[in-house]
Amino acid sequence: MFGLDKKDTKFLLIVIFLTLATPILLQPFPQGSGLAQFNAGYPDLMQRFAIFGIFAIGFNILFGLTGYLSFGHAAFLGVGSYSTVWMFKLLSMNVLPGLILGIIMSGLFALLIGFISLRRSGIYFSILTLAFAQMSFNLAYSVLTPITNGETGLQVYASDPQYLMNENSLTTTHLFGLVMNKSAKLLVGDWEFTFNIGYYFCAVIAILAFYLSLRIFRSPFGMMLRAVKTNQNRLMYTGINTRPYTLAAFVISGMYAGLAGGLLASMDPLAGAERMQWTASGEIVLMTILGGAGTLMGPILGAGFIKYFENIFSKINDNVLHGWFSWMPDGLEDIIVWLIHPFVGKGWHLTLGMLFMLVVVFLPGGLVEGGSRIKNWIKRDKKPETNDDEHHPKHVAHVAEKEEF
Amino acid sequence: MDAIFLQVLNGLDKGSAYALIALGLTLIFGTLGVVNFAHGALFMLGAFCAVVMRKILTLSKISLDPEKTNFLGKPLEIKTTYVELWFGDFGAWMIDYSVLLSIAFAIPVMAIIGLVMERGLIKHFYSRPHADQILVTYGLAIVLQEIIKAFFGANPVPQAAPSSMGGAMDIGVLFGFAEYAVIYPYWRLIYFVFAALVIGGVFSFLRFTTFGMVVRAGMADRETVGLLGIDIDRRFTIMFGLAAAVTGVAGVMYTPILPPNYHMGMDFLVLCFVVVVVGGMGSLPGAVLAGFLLGLLESFSSMNEVKAIIPGIDQIIIYLVAIVVLLVRPRGLMGRAGMMED
Amino acid sequence: MSVFTTNRRGLIKSGAVLGTGLAMPTIFTASSAAAYTNAPTGSGVTLGFNVPQSGAYADEGADELRAYKLAVEHLNGEGDGGMMNTFSSKTLQGNGILGNKVNYVSGDTQTKSDAARASAKSMIEKDGAVMITGGSSSGVAVAVQGLCQEAGVIFMAGLTHSNDTTGKDKKANGFRHFFNGYMSAAALAPVLAEMYGTDRKAYHLTADYTWGWTQQESIAAATEAKGWETVNNVLTPLATQDFSSYVAPVLNSGADILVLNHYGGNMVNSLTAAVQFGLREKQVNGKNFEIVVPLYSRLMARGAGENVKGIFGSTNWHWSLTDAGSQAFVKSFGEKYGFPPSQAAHTVYCQTLLYADAAERAGTFNPCGIAEALEGFDFDGLGNGPTHYRADDHQCFKDVLVVKGKENPTSEFDLLEVVQVTPRAQVEYAPDHPMFAGGDLGKCNPGA
Repeated sequence: MFGLDKKDTKFLLIVIFLTLATPILLQPFPQGSGLAQFNAGYPDLMQRFAIFGIFAIGFNILFGLTGYLSFGHAAFLGVGSYSTVWMFKLLSMNVLPGLILGIIMSGLFALLIGFISLRRSGIYFSILTLAFAQMSFNLAYSVLTPITNGETGLQVYASDPQYLMNENSLTTTHLFGLVMNKSAKLLVGDWEFTFNIGYYFCAVIAILAFYLSLRIFRSPFGMMLRAVKTNQNRLMYTGINTRPYTLAAFVISGMYAGLAGGLLASMDPLAGAERMQWTASGEIVLMTILGGAGTLMGPILGAGFIKYFENIFSKINDNVLHGWFSWMPDGLEDIIVWLIHPFVGKGWHLTLGMLFMLVVVFLPGGLVEGGSRIKNWIKRDKKPETNDDEHHPKHVAHVAEKEEF
Repeated sequence: MDAIFLQVLNGLDKGSAYALIALGLTLIFGTLGVVNFAHGALFMLGAFCAVVMRKILTLSKISLDPEKTNFLGKPLEIKTTYVELWFGDFGAWMIDYSVLLSIAFAIPVMAIIGLVMERGLIKHFYSRPHADQILVTYGLAIVLQEIIKAFFGANPVPQAAPSSMGGAMDIGVLFGFAEYAVIYPYWRLIYFVFAALVIGGVFSFLRFTTFGMVVRAGMADRETVGLLGIDIDRRFTIMFGLAAAVTGVAGVMYTPILPPNYHMGMDFLVLCFVVVVVGGMGSLPGAVLAGFLLGLLESFSSMNEVKAIIPGIDQIIIYLVAIVVLLVRPRGLMGRAGMMED
Repeated sequence: MSVFTTNRRGLIKSGAVLGTGLAMPTIFTASSAAAYTNAPTGSGVTLGFNVPQSGAYADEGADELRAYKLAVEHLNGEGDGGMMNTFSSKTLQGNGILGNKVNYVSGDTQTKSDAARASAKSMIEKDGAVMITGGSSSGVAVAVQGLCQEAGVIFMAGLTHSNDTTGKDKKANGFRHFFNGYMSAAALAPVLAEMYGTDRKAYHLTADYTWGWTQQESIAAATEAKGWETVNNVLTPLATQDFSSYVAPVLNSGADILVLNHYGGNMVNSLTAAVQFGLREKQVNGKNFEIVVPLYSRLMARGAGENVKGIFGSTNWHWSLTDAGSQAFVKSFGEKYGFPPSQAAHTVYCQTLLYADAAERAGTFNPCGIAEALEGFDFDGLGNGPTHYRADDHQCFKDVLVVKGKENPTSEFDLLEVVQVTPRAQVEYAPDHPMFAGGDLGKCNPGA
């Protein structure tokens, strides 16, 4: 189906199912129970899962396939966001023009940066992209304030022109009348599920983005990109100019980032300069590596993992901890809370840092490898799995490290 | 003219810090081939060695003054440091000079941290992709800075320079400027001299000792040196400790200039990678040269006259230089051709 | 590049998937019986405390969170009641708000507008918070205020000093107790003119972002009105660590005053550099060279150490004030945590009490009711003297403190001394003042 072989179709269908059922799957604990703290099925976080999933899928097309490690992808996300908000300011709150402009602008920006940066490879490429992104961030924060509204972040004011709007127009973001922040709540016993239009909009786009990346991975073009990663020199010796391929990959992944940025602004019409900072670029690198670079699902898992930590763990405070352990005798409760305290709430960074280290030490292929190890462990009685190199990547040398020191 | 001379001094001063950190980063990269994102954290740990040293020296005996009250109306606590109780004026002198004493404290501490880091963690990542090295060292950097934050808070912790080295001197007179035309803080001058000494020390160590010779040989061609029956790994491990110590003392000496905080390492990290790449990956003289060059350029671009021509240039100059250098001379200013390239 | 071909059949099928996806959410209709967002259903009410827990302002965030916890205790009738006893409005009984026990959730703004909005959204969407409060930066405050306006909850701003928060970016659902750049300038300028004379040449170093610009504009205008001349205004990048190359040109610029429009880490570093360069020992035009830091934070002043001594600035509140409200607050905060509260802690504690009181007086948690109760509200006993919440822009008007770095501090908390309590009348301005123009409060939004 969809021009895919049987296995990929199955894979795609699973992804579609998981995406559409997210509001239920992420809400495993009943409201009011102590564990409800771990529920993630509320619109904002689900939207973020989908959006950063798209961002990671796009980043993976560049990094996972070609091995070119960009440290400046957040710039494209920012450009996408700014373009979209400008469309809100100039036209109307319909998200479609904004998303389209966001993708085009980030594509053009990626073309420019890619054209220059791809003249170098390895760590030099990384530093070039980093330099461009940092320049964009610094300028957006200061000199370019008329365009970006600086520290405050670009937002829509009632005094903006909005040429396509009249008195009856919706003032919140919508797609032809489908209002993004509308939700329907479903109560099943103690469980409350929230079905949000914005999330489903992101989810559908995420599925399309995933499908497109699946096609790219399986296409001759994807094959060529993989060849670049394996040995670019050899390709060049055969007379192939690899630059157009890597540039195409760079622009495509830049457009994915622009799409993600546009969606961020569509869900929440404000674009802050921080989303262009190098730490934001670093975050997408971490998501991809953490999940498993070069695998289809890995980057999405990594994105979900980091966003989950940022949003759920940072909100566990002492009050919550005492709530959980109130059944313990007083002294013991205090000790347990004291022990856990440094790792949650304001300590969520610490936990995240330790998990980075643990994952990279024990699961070199990222979370995806963890998943397949568990699968193998369960299936160990049966005959060993045929090695699906898509889902457990073998260590492939990066462009940068073939050099013998 | 005096304005330009002042910016030269500023540039050299900034450059000293950049050069010292980049030197450590290059030692690690050039010897072990590891992209160390925890390097900024080493600088930060060094700075906090100075904070810890002062904390130790100012451990105080607390007595209550019944005459005075604190903000809650309770007797005021009076703190007298133990070193002053025990050693009198010498104790006060120790506290005053705690930044310099911290160097003696920081060198072994940082060297041990470096060795532990290398043997305990980095060792396992030599054969792994750079991406994995980045992830694990970045994770380590986060863990280290969160630990520091847990103990010292998020706000900067001020560290005074020794009182005899505080204040500023009229350095312009020495160079033929009018009196009080060029005034420069003593400590920044000291920092510059200190950086020159450390850099000179590291270079002579590599140049004039057998150990250094072997390390340099190993940096040039690790395999051949290994074939000669030399345990190059052990020497590289020691170099990691040395690099950590160099970065650490750079941090210690920097505390009177910038009050240290837990995220200072991350703030310097990107800049140092840029410095190293501009200088040429793995090239020690390149790192030093690029450090000073970028320091000077940064200083000049922040002059009002320059900013009047190109607004916002001080925001982007470093990155602009990096882009130009990498496009014109891919291997960096003094890098060997082919290093980290395809 | 035409390598990933799609046949027509595949396209139709993909389209079908897209269609089902789009249709899906419309199956359920949005429904909510309540009249406003997150109307409390049980016997409790949830407040959202959104403060920086990581990044440069983490310590201020931690102090805010302490004050919030204290306020919640007092509202629920635990502890000694703090400023509830001195507050001029007597509706709060220690039985929660409107009989609902007060619960709270906390989140990390990371001092980034994105993260702050994400955190606030999760409080609204997941935890059912009916009010969001906190923050330690104007960018974050403006961003979260906008979000609360859209979501239909009240935003009680924390530490935010930019004119824009209640100027260009004011919102009907947002309220600010903290003072702003204009007020700092109006309070500082007369004191500076008195201390340093009216014939002064000022050199401004300004953090190159929105807050820095508005503060610089305010200070320059106010001091120029007193006869000062602004020699130069240099914008410094936010990421600057070492300010030497910005401070050095001041030496020979002919200026005799340096105004540092910096906050937080920037302030600590630029002040440290300025003092190192011997500016304070310098004589220019026959006068002592002086440094001014218009917005002080005691927590940050600690980072600058000895360097703050004798330097003038302004602050919203200081724990050494001797009025009954301040003393009650310092006592209950100090006894719980062992050290005096910061101005950030004070402003968020006040905001929590003000919100609770407004809900009591309005008899509802409906944001529109609360906004109505707060608009034009006059109160006293919260440490700043008689205070007025102006209806036009939701800005509090109260006395402003002009402070000076203390020469002989008796403890690590005793860093600032209050030089003058500038009366409220002197810092007031018209709602349509040009520095605050361009915004529109809009209508209160109850959501749902």
